[in-house]
Amino acid sequence: MPRALPYLLLLPASLFLLVFFFYPFGLVVVESLTRGGEWTTDNFTRMTGHWKFAPAFWNTIWLTAIVVPVQLIMALTMASVVQKLKTGRSGLLYIFAIPLGISDLAAGLIWLAIFEQSGFLNSILHSFGVIDRPTLYLGYQNMWVIFLAVCLAEIWRATAIMMVIIVAGMGLIPKEYSEAAEVFGASRWQRFTRVTLPLLRPSLQTALILRILMAFEVFAVVMALGGTSLPVLMGETFQWQFQLQDRGVAAAYAMVILGLSVAFSLVVLRLLHVPKGARI
Amino acid sequence: MNDTSPPAPPQLEARRAGRFLFQAGIALLVLWVLVPIWFLFVNALSAPSEVTGFPKRMWPGFDLASIQFFLQFQGVTQALWNSVKVAVLTMILSIAMGAPAGYALSRFEFPGKEFFRVLVIMTRAFPLPLLALPLAVMFIRTGLDDTVLGLALVHAMLALPFAVLITFSLFSGIPVELEEAAWTLGCTRLQAFVKVVLPLALPGIAASAVFAFVISWNEVFAAAVLTIENRTLTAFLLQSLNVSPLPLKFAGGAALVMPALIFIFAVRKYLFAMWGIANR
Repeated sequence: MPRALPYLLLLPASLFLLVFFFYPFGLVVVESLTRGGEWTTDNFTRMTGHWKFAPAFWNTIWLTAIVVPVQLIMALTMASVVQKLKTGRSGLLYIFAIPLGISDLAAGLIWLAIFEQSGFLNSILHSFGVIDRPTLYLGYQNMWVIFLAVCLAEIWRATAIMMVIIVAGMGLIPKEYSEAAEVFGASRWQRFTRVTLPLLRPSLQTALILRILMAFEVFAVVMALGGTSLPVLMGETFQWQFQLQDRGVAAAYAMVILGLSVAFSLVVLRLLHVPKGARI
Repeated sequence: MNDTSPPAPPQLEARRAGRFLFQAGIALLVLWVLVPIWFLFVNALSAPSEVTGFPKRMWPGFDLASIQFFLQFQGVTQALWNSVKVAVLTMILSIAMGAPAGYALSRFEFPGKEFFRVLVIMTRAFPLPLLALPLAVMFIRTGLDDTVLGLALVHAMLALPFAVLITFSLFSGIPVELEEAAWTLGCTRLQAFVKVVLPLALPGIAASAVFAFVISWNEVFAAAVLTIENRTLTAFLLQSLNVSPLPLKFAGGAALVMPALIFIFAVRKYLFAMWGIANR
């Protein structure tokens, strides 16, 4: 009995993973490669043939490429600031962590309140006399403004999760390393880049993987701010599944997102690899 | 020739300027997080005519007409109730399966342990909301389509990896000696767990349950794909985005944000502990 106990305890979670993780992902693969019961790459050619595929793909990539580095820098700044504080630390941490609990849809609506035509951005500009009447920002004529608004909303919403992981990671680094570096005359910046950052690699790995994945899944923020006028991969998946009722193509889109996610996770793991002996 | 007020040495000056910059930076970051939320609540607490009017005031009119309009809108109360039901079920499912697994990982050495741990961590490299696509088909076959339970199962899959890793770190933090002492005093394994470990772990387990609740409450994609009649609040808001008037959107957004704010506040102590261990 005692030897079987751990396995019994793991059983429910394992079964659940099997039924709701492995099996469905197998199904997605099969569904993307079949049409009408036959093996074919038809779904993928249909997907890439549609005019929205290329913009959806590149919008998602660009969004990730812009948002993630900005967030990494902001999260590192926030974490360092919090580390230095002596009073009011927990209060500040709570405020910084608030967006963590806010859904992407709510974040989209929050930034809609700012960018819509009668919104706060126009009102503020109006009160300073910059504009006479409200301008329309989120129209399909202004794709780049929608893109910018989505970027801002994403940066606003999802920096918190990186910050929390990085703060937790910084807490694990013994103070002695940094102190030793200080004794040897390292400046604050040197201590940050030569001591803190390398020791932070495991946390940076987690933070970047989680965040990049979330960026590839961007969906509700875009829907709230731009509707379907700014195509992204997840939004197209949703459209094909729902509006166009074509599950094969939706599955093909899912495969693209899946492929990107796995590829980038591997890249991050590789780039920030920590040898076994070098862990704290 | 004594100068009564000598000019401050440049070093001191620089330090003072540095401190000022530091504090200004903190203030800026705090504003960056809080002001957008403030705007959402200004909109939610203003009359519909104010919400669509221009220019806007920067503080709410404290008129509950928007909220009333939202609550009386066709399908909203049902959606709110569905969101609560799904989130509570998610919470129960993920803890019921995750906590035993976390306990097993923290207390036993057994073949396959590392495999299971890597498996759980690996699930994070997959875009889990996409699971909703194949499961939609599976649920139609099993009669789980468009049900609260069906959606809760998918959300439990999203929350399970977190539940396992968080409870693993929690149980690891409770010395095994306490349990052993209870055994020597005649407790069975189960009794020792219930009487010694559980009381110590309970606050942390509650925190991870809250976390599961928030994950489910905020989830948009799977909810929108899997529910048609029994929509959750996020699915309802998403699908009425292009038809609903602005006051409805903002009141809905505020309704989404409110519980999240409270919950994150409730678990703030555990946020960092959770992520610290989830790193490795």
